[in-house]
Amino acid sequence: FANEATFEIKPCDLHRLEEGPPTTAVLTREEGLHYYKTMQTIRRMELKSDQLYKQKIIRGFCHLYDGQEACCVGLEGAIKPTDHVITAYRAHGFTYARGVPVREILAELTGRKGGCVKGKGGSMHMYTKNFYGGNGIVGAQVPLGAGIALACKYFGKNEVCLTLYGDGAANQGQIFETYNMAALWKLPCIFICENNRYRTREEIQEVRSKSDPITLLKDRMINNNLASVEELKEIDVAVRKEIEEAAQFATTDPEPPLEELGNHIYFNEPPFEVRGPNQWIKYKSLSHS
Amino acid sequence: IQVTVRDALNQALDEELERDERVFLLGEEVAQYDGAYKISRGLWKKYGDKRIIDTPISEMGFTGIAVGAAMAGLRPVCEFMTFNFSMQAIDQVINSAAKTCYMSAGAIPVPIVFRGPNGASAGVAAQHSQCFAAWYGHCPGLKVVSPWSSEDAKGLLKASIRDDNPVVMLENELLYGVPFEMSEQAQSKDFVVPIGKAKIEREGTHVTLVAHSRPVGHCLEAASILAKEGVECEVINLRTIRPMDIETVEASVAKTNHLVTVEGGWPQFGVGSEICARIMEGSAFNYLDAPAVRVTGADVPMPYAKILEDNCIPQVKDIIFAVKKTLNI
Repeated sequence: FANEATFEIKPCDLHRLEEGPPTTAVLTREEGLHYYKTMQTIRRMELKSDQLYKQKIIRGFCHLYDGQEACCVGLEGAIKPTDHVITAYRAHGFTYARGVPVREILAELTGRKGGCVKGKGGSMHMYTKNFYGGNGIVGAQVPLGAGIALACKYFGKNEVCLTLYGDGAANQGQIFETYNMAALWKLPCIFICENNRYRTREEIQEVRSKSDPITLLKDRMINNNLASVEELKEIDVAVRKEIEEAAQFATTDPEPPLEELGNHIYFNEPPFEVRGPNQWIKYKSLSHS
Repeated sequence: IQVTVRDALNQALDEELERDERVFLLGEEVAQYDGAYKISRGLWKKYGDKRIIDTPISEMGFTGIAVGAAMAGLRPVCEFMTFNFSMQAIDQVINSAAKTCYMSAGAIPVPIVFRGPNGASAGVAAQHSQCFAAWYGHCPGLKVVSPWSSEDAKGLLKASIRDDNPVVMLENELLYGVPFEMSEQAQSKDFVVPIGKAKIEREGTHVTLVAHSRPVGHCLEAASILAKEGVECEVINLRTIRPMDIETVEASVAKTNHLVTVEGGWPQFGVGSEICARIMEGSAFNYLDAPAVRVTGADVPMPYAKILEDNCIPQVKDIIFAVKKTLNI
């Protein structure tokens, strides 16, 4: 096997910058295998989630991330674990990339005790160290991300916060308020728009067949002799097994037991008492005498 | 000594900024201008740009930034120039600040204080004169405090800053310049008023008056007038809206058998409504000798003209009328 391979990257559009990011990137074999496994895990996890959702085992919302795996895996690959990430409601991929095991994510989706937030959050509200969700309000995570960056700067730590949003949230006013303050206060915040562009069914089908990120990575690794077909298949098999086990856990883990649910009636065992015919005569409660 | 509510709040901020490096203040005009109501007077000079931050007029944005900073380990004090403008940012207050600790199963606490003047001001009409106690008091995940005196203001602000939960502190513009006697104990840097505990401001035996913020003063005034007629009012200063200290109200009702609630906000789903419901559901209901009565702001947007405004806010005479009605005298 080759140890590494160099790839061309399409140059970025620039705004008020003299030069952009590099137009080539080096991928080592080790990184490639790691990215492949992570992306494949997210893909399989999302396919399984979709299945559980259709079986009505996952309730309410289930915002799937399949097709976008390269975003979270690439971003996670570019930062340190001590850096910070906050994203929008499509949070499963980042939750996994930030270190939450599949079984905890699936158990969260099925509302189980073993879920990463004990069944309290669900699809849009998952958290872990240096990962702040998961926010169900389109655009609301953007100022939060800038605030996390403000804390990084305040503590004098050399850390950044990646703040993700989608092309829909790009219409929110609070995003522009935040850009203004982030620039004014020079906050270590990187705002990233995950722009999924395509809208129609036909376009989605085309993307699926021609530019699936996992297939692209797989082809590149094989063509550059970074991995063999058999080796990647082995990864696929291991991932499938992991997902199956996680799904098994997520559907059998006990739900939050009933006795943990508190009494939510404001009720204080009032003693029984009947008022007399004259409402101004006092009838004191016997049980309180 | 006599200390104004403004100075009490300023002291509280100063002491907590000094005590904990993680505490910082942000809001419109809080730094170079010393605060729109001068609550942060002198703090920017003392603590500098890092800890006293002027923001643009972007409530939703800077509130979100403050909440994010709290999620990442700081302890922001987020000033709204008035609580009327907090409506621009209520999504960040409720959906981001109040809910995150629960949604993350305790992994991400949000220790933040939202504070600023609340309630009716004078002559500023509908959009700048309203009480948010019921709005915020409704929401689990928040604590809501509403001080009346200088001791309340200082002790509750310090307790709010030290609390690991998001706290909404509803101050009152018309009280900022009012001096109150401040005990030696309250002048100490260690003085805090516990959140969730009401205070009996005046003891009495005939009727319980429960109020928060500025109407507490009206209740005390009504109580001294009624005392001359032989009616002894017990006046409870609620201090905290959420969690509500219903035990103190219940104990008082068990003693006086009559209840009148007083607040500046609107009647429907208000603080008084909640007190009445809790009394109805609890043991104190059996001690009531007459239906509880609410004295509230009028159920209209606040008008501009003085005579209309005066009649939209609870006055001492309204409290006296309600007391006499409930006592059937």
